Amino acid sequence: MRASWLIAILVLIAAIWPVATFSGYHLFQLTMVVVYAIAILGLAILTGINGQISLGHGAFYAIGAYTTAILMASWDVPYWVTLPVSAVVCAGVGFLVGLPALRLGGLYLALTTFALAVAIPQVLKHKAFETWTGGVQGLVIDKPEAPFDLPLTSDQWLYLFSLFVGVIMYALAVNLTQGRIGRAMRAVRDHAVAAEAMGINLAMLKTRTFAVSAMYTGVAGSLGAIAVAFVAPDSFSVFLSITFFVGLVAGGAASIGGTIIGAIFIEFVPNLADKVSKAAPGAVYGVILIVMMFLMPKGAGGFVADMWRKLVKAGGR
Amino acid sequence: MTALLDVKGLHAAYGETKVLHGLDFAVQQGGVTALLGANGAGKTTTLRAICGMVRTQGAIVLGGKHIEGMATEDIVRLGVAHVPDGRGTFMELTVEENMRLGAYTRPAREATADFDRMFGYFPRLKERFRQQAGTLSGGEQQMLAISRALLLRPKLLLLDEPSFGLAPLIVKEIFGIMRRIKDEEGVSILLVEQNATIALAFADHAYLLETGRIVISGPASDISKDESIRRSYLGY
Amino acid sequence: MEGFIHQVISGIATGGIYASVALALVMIYQATHHVNFAQGEMATFSTYITLTLINIGLPYWVAFLGAVAISFVIGVAIERLLMRPVANAPVLTSVGVFVGLLLIVNSVTGWMFDYTIKQFPSPFSGKPMLGGFLSGHELGSTGVTLAVLISVYLFFKHTRLGLAMRAAAFNPVSSRLVGVRVGWMLALGWGLAAAIGSVAGCMVAPIVFLDPNMMSGILLYAFAGALLGGIDSPLGAVLGGFMVGVIENLGGAYVVGTELKLTLALIIIISVLTLKPSGLMGRKVYSRV
Repeated sequence: MRASWLIAILVLIAAIWPVATFSGYHLFQLTMVVVYAIAILGLAILTGINGQISLGHGAFYAIGAYTTAILMASWDVPYWVTLPVSAVVCAGVGFLVGLPALRLGGLYLALTTFALAVAIPQVLKHKAFETWTGGVQGLVIDKPEAPFDLPLTSDQWLYLFSLFVGVIMYALAVNLTQGRIGRAMRAVRDHAVAAEAMGINLAMLKTRTFAVSAMYTGVAGSLGAIAVAFVAPDSFSVFLSITFFVGLVAGGAASIGGTIIGAIFIEFVPNLADKVSKAAPGAVYGVILIVMMFLMPKGAGGFVADMWRKLVKAGGR
Repeated sequence: MTALLDVKGLHAAYGETKVLHGLDFAVQQGGVTALLGANGAGKTTTLRAICGMVRTQGAIVLGGKHIEGMATEDIVRLGVAHVPDGRGTFMELTVEENMRLGAYTRPAREATADFDRMFGYFPRLKERFRQQAGTLSGGEQQMLAISRALLLRPKLLLLDEPSFGLAPLIVKEIFGIMRRIKDEEGVSILLVEQNATIALAFADHAYLLETGRIVISGPASDISKDESIRRSYLGY
Repeated sequence: MEGFIHQVISGIATGGIYASVALALVMIYQATHHVNFAQGEMATFSTYITLTLINIGLPYWVAFLGAVAISFVIGVAIERLLMRPVANAPVLTSVGVFVGLLLIVNSVTGWMFDYTIKQFPSPFSGKPMLGGFLSGHELGSTGVTLAVLISVYLFFKHTRLGLAMRAAAFNPVSSRLVGVRVGWMLALGWGLAAAIGSVAGCMVAPIVFLDPNMMSGILLYAFAGALLGGIDSPLGAVLGGFMVGVIENLGGAYVVGTELKLTLALIIIISVLTLKPSGLMGRKVYSRV
């Protein structure tokens, strides 16, 4: 009970303090932190909880972003209505992509999603869809204004809106992963054969998890598109997918709280590193990945478990 | 006779699980030593320990040289050939390639000459020479494994349950050939077996292992005659 | 009809490049059960090395062979330093390390050689050959890739070292027991894979031009080829690479248009995984538990 009060107070602080003190650009950066956090949360559900690897979640982010942009630009759909639509679209695409690869080992999913990430900008650029996607040029959409004549700037409103969506998404994720389904997901990650023997339909559970995960990242893409007010194919290169993967690893794959750290990391580190040289962000990411993997060869979860074992051993003496 | 292999206070563990608790044993030059015992007594682990395939403590001395802590590849190059449990066949490769690998550490010309000697022991390998090793029967794979080990020209041959999973007739055939091999190749043998009768008939010295400790040792003939040992440990 | 033949032949020419990258991928996969996501980036880096050697005045073939040798050493070094510690780690860890390697090699390439697109020379004449079906470069590069593939085959099939490398990949425990230094065999495999990638990079660069991201698309085709042929079958990977080259060219010309060629690779990957996950020549795939 106390923990949930603490979280409520933290959320309240996160809502009021930046709006009261931050300037437009910094507020935008915080909005993007929330957006990335949701995107990485999708990956964390997939990788951390269920043990599957995706190197292509940038594609779902792109699909979410384009769904929102197309709905807003072509049909004048209100921005908040586009979120559930892109959630459904991305879950559907995720289900389809996940289906073939999930029957096989983790590496195949990593490969397939990597291929998806490499291919997606080409699809977005393609002439056949140009009337909707705007081709290479992309689409410009309107930044939403605060409703009900609230005395907020567009940036402030957008931040609060994203935070609101984020809180809902996190609450749902916590609910999902701590319940029965979450237990099943973990069982599949840790002991696939045993889980199957206990009556868990492996392929179905894995595919559904993949769909949920794609949905999260897709909603993040929608929010991101609204925040940036612009979508274009080249913002969704394979590098975006890798960025999410780095965020996931930096935050610790199996921890839901860690996704926020990962999001802060991928929002601010490239900006800082970019000042050094154009090559620096990639190098920093690469080094972080390898260092994390070397320090925690069994993944973040294994690292925690090892530490725990050592503690217990030390206490036992 | 002098000891070719001398092991003192050998401990071994897989991770946290200790399997061997201080073994002392020796293999005499030109002799056959048998390690007997039930499943899980630590026989296979002992062979692996000699080859540096598990973490060990204690002294393992081969011909006066300490080999404990050395890499498997280096121990093998000192003349220790190991026919592992499960026979270790390179299933995807041909019989010929398996045999070439056996002679990997030696010049190619010498090896080819040795092939004929192997065919002398195991004519069936000659018939199967170009065949994929995975298609061989269990007995043929055992013959291949022994040839592969002998092609190393070892001083010490470690044999892990050569009778495992084979029909009695084939076991008899293989042990018959092993006697020839022992004499003609001048190799010392450390044999691990569950089939005590056949092992004691072949060996000149035997050790009895129980849960990682040596409980009885002595000349093979004495052990096979001792009624009480047979009843309580060997179960026949 | 003539157009069709032209597309097939030039598909075979590019297919050779995919085939060699696919072979490099499969070699590492067979030995370690890891997929090297950085294979393309490493090949690009090697191509820059060749260009640098050419620019300091070395003749093309000397530079080419020099880069192959340097790439070999880099491959060995990467295996020894980076891959050894995570050899038995779970998939997430190895994917993490390989993606990390991809990012680092990509950044180092960009930082050392900058991000501008560069022209890369071809040692072959640009004149059309074979009755106009192929350019001199396409013909020459097909010859070079075929020569590489055949020598790799002969090496693995008929040399002691090649046999030991195969043995180490199939059965490391038994290999140690016959005295094969398994660790070094893996390192050699990495070196060889890097060297093959270097050749592929040099053959493709005159066509697509050289920039730090040159190989990311080619890597995708190589994946597709490796999966199509069977990711644990070197011969399958080579055939798969050629097939993907032809499919890509025909599909690009007659079905989807050149703008969606990468998507074609994705479709091949997904179709293979759905219809015949073991590929055309691979063994059945079991997920490891």
